[in-house]
Amino acid sequence: MATPVLPPDWPGGFWAHWAVFVVIIFVFLMAMVVGFIWFERRAMAIMQARLGPNRTGPFGLLQPVADALKVLLKEDIIPAKGDKLVHWLAPVVAFIPLLMLFAVVPFQGGAILADLNIGILYIVAVSSVTTVGIFMAGWASNNKYSLLGAMRQVASVVSYEIPVVLSIIGVVLLTGSLSMQQIVMAQDIPFILLQPLGFLLFFIGALAEINRAPFDLMEADSEIVAGFHTEYSGMKFALFYLVEYGEALAISAIVTTLFLGGWRGPVLPPWLWFLVKVVIVFFVIVWVRTTVPRVRIDQLMALAWKFLFPLALLNLLITAVEILVWPTVSLWLLVLVNIAIMVILVLLWSRLFKLGWGRVEV
Amino acid sequence: MVIKTEPFVVNIGPAHPSTHGVFRMKATLDGEVIVDMEPVFGYLHRGIEKLAEERTYTGVIPLTDRLDYLASMSNNLAYCLAVEKLGGIPVPERAEYLRVIMAELQRIASHLIAVGAFLNDCGAFMTPILYMLREREKILDLFEMASGQRLTYNYMRVGGVSQDVPEEFVPALGKFVKVMPRWIDEYDQLLKENEILLARAKGVGILPKELAINISASGPVLRASGVKWDIRKADPYSVYERFEFDIPTGSVGDCYDRYRVRIEEMRQSVCILKQALEQLPQGEVRSDVPHLIRPPVGEAYGHIEAPRGELGFYLVSDNSIAPYRFHVRAPSLINLTALREMMVGWKVADAIIIFGSIDINMAEVDR
Amino acid sequence: MTAALSGNEIATRLQKQFPGSIVESGPNSLLVKSESLLEIATFLKTTPGLDFDYLAAITAVDYYDYFEVIYQLTSLQHNHSLVVKTRCYERENPSLPSVVTLWRGADFQEREIYDLMGISFDGHPNLKRIVLWEGFEGHPLRKDYLRW
Repeated sequence: MATPVLPPDWPGGFWAHWAVFVVIIFVFLMAMVVGFIWFERRAMAIMQARLGPNRTGPFGLLQPVADALKVLLKEDIIPAKGDKLVHWLAPVVAFIPLLMLFAVVPFQGGAILADLNIGILYIVAVSSVTTVGIFMAGWASNNKYSLLGAMRQVASVVSYEIPVVLSIIGVVLLTGSLSMQQIVMAQDIPFILLQPLGFLLFFIGALAEINRAPFDLMEADSEIVAGFHTEYSGMKFALFYLVEYGEALAISAIVTTLFLGGWRGPVLPPWLWFLVKVVIVFFVIVWVRTTVPRVRIDQLMALAWKFLFPLALLNLLITAVEILVWPTVSLWLLVLVNIAIMVILVLLWSRLFKLGWGRVEV
Repeated sequence: MVIKTEPFVVNIGPAHPSTHGVFRMKATLDGEVIVDMEPVFGYLHRGIEKLAEERTYTGVIPLTDRLDYLASMSNNLAYCLAVEKLGGIPVPERAEYLRVIMAELQRIASHLIAVGAFLNDCGAFMTPILYMLREREKILDLFEMASGQRLTYNYMRVGGVSQDVPEEFVPALGKFVKVMPRWIDEYDQLLKENEILLARAKGVGILPKELAINISASGPVLRASGVKWDIRKADPYSVYERFEFDIPTGSVGDCYDRYRVRIEEMRQSVCILKQALEQLPQGEVRSDVPHLIRPPVGEAYGHIEAPRGELGFYLVSDNSIAPYRFHVRAPSLINLTALREMMVGWKVADAIIIFGSIDINMAEVDR
Repeated sequence: MTAALSGNEIATRLQKQFPGSIVESGPNSLLVKSESLLEIATFLKTTPGLDFDYLAAITAVDYYDYFEVIYQLTSLQHNHSLVVKTRCYERENPSLPSVVTLWRGADFQEREIYDLMGISFDGHPNLKRIVLWEGFEGHPLRKDYLRW
């Protein structure tokens, strides 16, 4: 709805730009994941009436470093009857797409590795490859529990792609472009207000895609021991652990860009705003994890197909109608209308909707 | 093209993060649905019934502690009741009140762990159980004041309790009783109407009323299925007739009902504690009983309402210093009888929840 | 209070129904012959007025000459209880009829008595060892097990 303003071009030519940003992304990813592990453990502990790590280093800040060292020094166990090549390849296949995701996330106006004009489509495509890695891990472990976990993972990711993508299309309709930079530029009012229903659907769908609570049945501690990474130890386990927190970081970054206005903000430097928003979104993710119990696999499927998918379609329809019928109306009026519609739809749908099957006759 | 599927057998347990001890379930799965299940246990069998025949009547009391280690005071109480029935030994007033106080505190502590572990199995990742363990610590501090121990107390004796409580016990108990109802409301508030918990636990693992009576279920499992049977009201022992309290019952007999019954029972226990604290008399705490008791020849069955169900001890005496036969009627073992019926048709995730909601303790099952 | 029914009254009623099946009756318990155990149990469970629908416990005791098996029955509706006993006089392969068809709560308890005492129960659907492992020799709770 706003006219896009293009950011300045970076000096040094193409390859220098690429090299600098690869280093920045890698450092950012590692530092933020380490910070997130610490943050999650402290925040979760305080919400559970205990302290969390506070011995290693000031405030326990070196705890993730200690964990990483411990994990690196462990013996690398490979199941004897498992498929060895697949077992070795699985963490790699799960981790590489994560790094690739950050290529299109704008850290600041113009500070982006590659300003693809299909930015958000690239993200959706690349993030699905992680699932292949997880399924490879479950298969190669030669363990019935891991296979169960991997099967659940594939089923749930495939189901939740659709509401996620549909809610992204709502944002794209408002922006008029698929490029991440343009989406940030177009947010004079953050899209969380203009697309409240889209935000809700995207957030829930994203939580399911990255296997965090309440949808963490892929690695449910109390049911199938550790799911697909039961048989992993040493550096490979560290990679899976990194993938989990890295995906949480990626989702926080994407939510910030799509819905919270990216790096835009009044007083502080833009990259600091970006970090603050990412940390806030991650805090909400940790909060949800600590508070809520876990759903079952058929309830997960029912939630995707019967609750999120129709609402996503309705959201798309309503956004499209609004853009066609009211192209020049004040944005704040749209905010009020959209919030009202979201409240009504969510209440109505939760009355009508039954979560999962019951008992199966054998 | 028809896809052919084949059921496969999976062992859930014995070493598993959430089977509450060493318990093995041989489940035949068709996809994720359980089509058949066979429980296998006995991994924790220590031969307590045989060991008791070699010890004196007082020497058996530490053995009873280790039967259901999460509710040691109840085990001690049931055993001492059985021996007192056998020998016709009277118990002083103050001792009776102290026994009731300890038993009810133990019920709250045991239910805190039961509910916390159940919610942990549902996936609420340790938050409820950590809150409940915080309150349990206060109860364990009280027990430590009274008996010096935190888990296996060895506190009751035949004819009373082993020692009187120190002076700081009564004010501390008064403070606990005043504060506890607020904490129970806090646990309840977050989870009672939680959509996900309702979806996971309501209607899951139903134990119908007739089946519950037929399998001799007892305790919260029986009451959640709709049978109002509590030994504290039906066959009162110690001084339970002097207290006013309700018996919470469920209606359907699913996991959610069992969870609600336990929460309500905690509230009723706090009520009983308040009344017991007001009525606590002074006096001696142990009647004059010889150290090596020789009850007359005969037999007795003494039973109480333990947190997990009806705990009974059957004792046969032949006028010697050791019991001739010592048998434990373990509630957890008998509550497990209908596990197969409750689990078939549900999924693996539900199997863990159903098993957690019955609240068993493997040390009691295997003895 | 749960009224513990006296063995004598029940004995007079049972003598009329099943003559010759009562061996002894005392104020606390009732001793019946092992052959008529199942019919007496069915009578106790189904007769209105008695309605013993809840089997609280089964215990077995080894008195060197015989094994005694004790059934603690309770009625939830009328709130009364009764103790029924029966004996087997063989040492090698004692056996009794199983009451699993009447009260399913006897399932695991009878398996445990078979495991630890060696008394087998006819009619039990799944009589195998429960607390000890398959292949264990002997029955530990007997008084003459590994006695030195």
